[in-house]
Formats: sequence, structure tokens, C-alpha cells
Amino acid sequence: MTSTHAPGTRAPNPQRVDALREAAHRIRGYALDMGEVQGQGYIGQALGVADILAVVYRDVLDFRPHDPHWPGRDRFLLSIGHYAIALYAALAEAGVLDVAELATYGGDDSRLPMSGMATYTPGMEISGGSLGHGLGIATGMALGLRHQGSTARVHTLLSDGELDEGSTWEAALACAHHGLDNVTAIVDVNALQADGPTGGVLRTEPVTAKWEAFGWHAVRVDGNDVEALVTAFDGLRAHRGSPAVLVCDTRVGCGVPLLENREKAHFMRVEEHEWQIARDQLTERHRTEETAR
Amino acid sequence: MTTRTPRKLTTSAMIASIAEEGQRTAKAPFGHALTRLADERPDVVGLSADLAKYTDMHVFRDAHPGRFFQMGMAEQVMLGAAAGLAEVGLTPFASTYSVFATRRAYDFLCLDIAEPGLGVNVVGALPGLTTGYGPSHQATEDLAILRGMPGLTIVDPADSVDIEQAVPALAAHPGPTYLRLLRGAVPTVLDEYDYRFEVGRAALLRDGRDVLFVSTGLMTVRALTAAAELAADRVDVAVLHTPTIKPFDRATVLREAAKGRLVVTLENHSVVGGLAESVASCLAFAGQTAHLVPIGLPDAFLAAGALPTLHDRYGLSVTAIKDRVRRAL
Repeated sequence: MTSTHAPGTRAPNPQRVDALREAAHRIRGYALDMGEVQGQGYIGQALGVADILAVVYRDVLDFRPHDPHWPGRDRFLLSIGHYAIALYAALAEAGVLDVAELATYGGDDSRLPMSGMATYTPGMEISGGSLGHGLGIATGMALGLRHQGSTARVHTLLSDGELDEGSTWEAALACAHHGLDNVTAIVDVNALQADGPTGGVLRTEPVTAKWEAFGWHAVRVDGNDVEALVTAFDGLRAHRGSPAVLVCDTRVGCGVPLLENREKAHFMRVEEHEWQIARDQLTERHRTEETAR
Repeated sequence: MTTRTPRKLTTSAMIASIAEEGQRTAKAPFGHALTRLADERPDVVGLSADLAKYTDMHVFRDAHPGRFFQMGMAEQVMLGAAAGLAEVGLTPFASTYSVFATRRAYDFLCLDIAEPGLGVNVVGALPGLTTGYGPSHQATEDLAILRGMPGLTIVDPADSVDIEQAVPALAAHPGPTYLRLLRGAVPTVLDEYDYRFEVGRAALLRDGRDVLFVSTGLMTVRALTAAAELAADRVDVAVLHTPTIKPFDRATVLREAAKGRLVVTLENHSVVGGLAESVASCLAFAGQTAHLVPIGLPDAFLAAGALPTLHDRYGLSVTAIKDRVRRAL
């Protein structure tokens, strides 16, 4: 399913969408810069979720960039800890991290390890990496926040590969049972996992129907369509009575043609000379799309 | 039909009583202690994975329904959710059977709770050999599994007094804890001794010239009985109760073990990776030696059956303890 406007919702205004597209473009740029430091990593996925993170961090979450532990903040749990490169880029875009610090990515004594660690990085709520943990912790946070009378919301980013983990579905049951409408799960469906295409490793489709069967309000969008994401999140903000999931179809390497077509896309190796090509392609693609609009 | 045969012992229930006939007991000491604590501390919350009734959590659930969260038969999300509750400033007690908390949800206890050092208290019922239901329910290796987890406090209380004191102490203790739960009608013994539970502290309950019992969990109660009965045979036995398995009270164990007595460890756990090896490594790393006799469960998957039969067969009964000591002396 591609972007549609849910009944009763209006198309977001173009300035808002354009600003978020610019944010997504910067996030992609930061991810490429960090990728070059290590020469490899979950770069394809970072480019894939850049639009989602831009919308979440610049439009959806209520937080204070200089006070990451503010108790009233909306939580964002990166359940897929190995996407940390994407979140660091988003945290830099959001003003939580200094852009200059991104150069330390994956180095000794850096606050930005290759897999997300809560104790290392401001704004990183949980240590992810062992998959299937984020939604369970989100469940407890949401129960606790509701119990305390807080209106803060809990978001967690999962991947479609994480749907293999039984613990994700334990948490999905619990969220629905407890009517946790302060939980939003975001599932990055890039149809690719460590051993290959998700359809061949362990089939997870139909993803939307599974969440609906578990009692969730489920919406599916093109996760690389900023306007569709904004519209979807606007719709979810008003939803009450059950937890909500935004299923986002994304393209690995999105925005950089060279990397979109990589065969070994899960943990990507990029040659030294290719980084500049990738950056140039990113800029060129962004400009072309801007002109087309 | 004319001769009466003795009543046959059966497995009878998932949870058999560990109390001896005629022993004083307290009912659901954990549930009542948690409820009393929660009366004073509004941050205390409880979770269960479909075993509230069988982990004495039902007492808390009924007293504080708004602070009890039922997670269903799903231990991974229960521990994950406990972590989330702690992240927003609450003090969770999450209870289930020991086998499920340790074997099944280890990654969640480790990464969600222990690694960030959250104040989550995990309560495991049916520790060691306290059910005749066989290996699916017998947590004979929970201490071995958990001792390797950095930052986790592990407590194996002896009786209802120990449990009542441990609950507020663990809630006040920073970081994650694991409590081996004795539930139902739990023996009350330590009130006869000058004893206070303190995290990380071993307590000398009685002194003696010939033998030093280093015991933990329900075996401390047996150790006290065995010591009293051995005294009638002029064997003078000291009993050192070590409810905290981690961090281990090395100083007290080294001090008591240095007195030249036969050292007998007693634990309701496999002899692999539990108290016996804690004492052995504590001595070895300090360059100290002692004649060490481990009383504990064998390195095997145990049989199903009636609990008294199994305790006798696997050497945990008072009779078996006394025999073992006599053979070693």
C-alpha cells in the first residue's frame, strides 16, 4: 500500500513536508559520513529509515534536546540497536548530539558505538541489538507512564526481521491487552535480513493483518514518502483505545542509487573511493527530486 | 483388606510443602511482606506471568490491584516490561517460576535489567528441588546460570523470617536482584536466633568445634536441625547461613573456614555452580585450604515424584545430611 490520506485527515502543508525532506537529506548525509569512518555497516538501512527518523525527531516526538532525561519526554526506543548509525544521525539532526561528534563513530572511547548502547549515548533510551527487546520495554514504560498520569508517549522502531522473535509478539499481546494507546510501534519493512530476503528466511507477511489480529490499530505507508509519513503520524496522534503500529515499507540504500542496487545490502561494505560517489549521488538525487516537485 | 499399608507418597501437587510435620510456618510471607512494603512505598509495583497465585503475588495483587500488572504466560515481556517500569522510576517485583525467569528469559534479565543496572527485583519460585514435577519445573541450576551475570544480587533465603526481611532490603538495594522464593506455608525458624537479613552478609547462627556448615536457602533450616541432632552424638557443628550468593560474603566464610573444621556446604541446588563452588573458589583464590564436603543436588536431571522421597534420594534430608557428615568425619 502506498500513501493515502486517511478519511478525515488533510494533506500536510507543503512547507512542513519540505522542511522534513531537508532533515531526511541531512540525516542521510550524516550516515554516509559516519559510514566512511568505519568503511562498512548498516548504511543501507540507515538510508532506508532516514525519512521515518526525520519525521519522528523533527515532527512527532516531544523532547528537550539539551535535557535528554527530561521525565516528560516522549520515548523513542531503538529496538534494532544495530541501526544506531541512523539514530546518531537523527540525534545530530535533532540537536541532541553535536554534528562534530559523529566523526568519532565506532572508535575507541566514543559515545557512539556501532550497536546502540543506552549508557553511552545521550538520547539512546535502551541498549538494543539482541532483537525482540524494544517492544517489551516499551510495554513497561507505557504502563508506568500511564500509572504515573504522564501523557508522554512511547515509540519503538522495530525491523521486519524482528517479527521473527517471539518476544515481539508477547509484547504485542500485552500492549493490546492493557489498551496501551500511548505506544506506537514503527516497523521498518525493508524485506531483508541477515541471511537474505525476509520472504525466504522466514515469511512475515501479511504484516498489517498480523498486528490487526493482535488488536492493534495498524497503518501501512511507503516509509520513504515523507508526506505519507506525516499524514500517517497525524492520524495516529488522534487514535485512542489501542496501541498503534505504523508499518513502513522502505528501500535499503534509499537516496543513493549506487547503494540501492548493492547485492550484499544487509551489512554493507563500501569501497574507499565510493563514498564520494555516494555523497554526490545523494545530493544529485535530492536536487532532482526538489526540482520535480 | 485387613492389613493396613502405609500411605503411598505421590507427586500430588505441583508445589509440595517443604515444611516438616509440626514445624511452625507462616503463610505467603513474600506476598505479605511485599504488600506491607507497598503500603509505605508508592513506587513498588508487581508483575506476574500467569503465576500470581503460585508465587504468593496474589496477596499483593488483591491489596494493590492498581499496581499489579498481569503479563500472561510470557516471561520475556514480563522482564522487559519490568525494565520499562523501572526506567520510568518505579520499583518492580516480577515473579514467576525460577526455571522460566532464568532459562527462558535470560537474555531479557541480562540485557534489559542487569546491563543498565535497573532496580528490578526478580522473584523465582520453585528454586532447586522444591517440586516433584521433574526437570521442566526444577530449577536445579538457577544459581549457576545467574552467578555469571554482572551486577546481579542473588539471594536464597532460609525461611519466612528471612523472606520478610529480604523484601524491603532488596527493594532498597540499588540494582537488580534475584530472590529464590519459598512460597505457601513457609517454615519459621530464624526468629529463634539473633539474626537480621543484610544484603551481602553471612550470619553465624550457632558455633561448634568439629564441623562448619556453610548453608543457604531452605538447607539452612535442615542444617540447624542436623546440627542439633549431631550434638546428641557429641559432634559439635557450627552453622553459617549465607543467604546472599552474590555478592558473596568472602570475609566471613574465609574467617570461619580458617578454624580447621570440616567444612560442609549445604544447598538446594546442583553442586555445579552454586554455593559449593562459591565457597571453593573463595578459599582457593585466597590461597586457603579446607576439607570441603559438598551437599547438594547431583549434576543430573532429577526424577519426578514425591518431594520427601526425592529429598532423601538426592541427599537433602536431615537424615542424609547426618549420614554424610558421619562418613566424612
